[in-house]
Amino acid sequence: MKFKRPKDGAIKAELQMTSMIDIVFLLLIFFVMTFKIAPQEGDFNIKLPAKGSGAQDDSSQLPIKLRLIADANGAISNLIINDGTSFGTDYARLRNYIVQLTGSDAAPGATEGPEIEIDLDYNLKYEHVIESITAVVGYRKGTDVIRLVDKIKFAPPRKPGK
Amino acid sequence: MRRASKFETKVAEPDLTPMIDMTFQLIAFFMVLMNFSASEQNDKVTLPESELARPAEAAEELPITLHMPENGTVVLGGVTSTVEGIRPLLETELLLLESKNRKASEANVIIRAHRSAQGGRVQELMEKCQELGFEKFSLRVKEEPI
Repeated sequence: MKFKRPKDGAIKAELQMTSMIDIVFLLLIFFVMTFKIAPQEGDFNIKLPAKGSGAQDDSSQLPIKLRLIADANGAISNLIINDGTSFGTDYARLRNYIVQLTGSDAAPGATEGPEIEIDLDYNLKYEHVIESITAVVGYRKGTDVIRLVDKIKFAPPRKPGK
Repeated sequence: MRRASKFETKVAEPDLTPMIDMTFQLIAFFMVLMNFSASEQNDKVTLPESELARPAEAAEELPITLHMPENGTVVLGGVTSTVEGIRPLLETELLLLESKNRKASEANVIIRAHRSAQGGRVQELMEKCQELGFEKFSLRVKEEPI
């Protein structure tokens, strides 16, 4: 049998690409089908002493009390600080008040800074709880986050019928 | 001897290199972005948004993820329960912690509640966790686009 050679004498190596391309396309289809854009998530950290542990509140100052009042649909109807100052549903005004209360725009250290106790109506929608926490915990300045309050705690739940 | 035909067709050989390059790049893109933390997700939960939410720089140590859909039930490790009936599931988590010589107070309870869930239910859930000695809680929220 006579091999056919090119005139210049070089043998052209031909790789079988078909099977590799098949696999690669299968992989690509798999990843495209299972791809799901997951939004970035973050946390608000809360430390609550265990019940019956006898742990004492280590903060030296009284917490700021934030009362969240809900309407019949679970939307926020009023924000009250320390049982006195009412802000309606104006989160911006509440934030300004907290800025004044905490003294400065500077972020508090990890061990200092006021504590806030949130007392909410049972039927208040969770998104409004988070909105309120966002308003009192800090604010965004450009891409930086300025923290006003680091410690958050919750008052006992206001169970319906109680 | 083979006779060369006047009309012999030549085999067309397209250059596959750019296509393979692109395909591999696409695969690499999807692999990198693929979300492997499916256990931390729940289709029934739409998180509330917050502009202060920042993704954690490091993975939480000893995380226990509790999902709360809109109806106020709790999902832990794929098992659905009521808030009142969550104790046995949490006790199982406690046993797991004890097997690692860790305490409940060291665990991070991540609460992923639906935006329309009742705030009081979330508080009750935290109370149930506190009864078993859990102290560290993280309220998970979605990062609000700037």
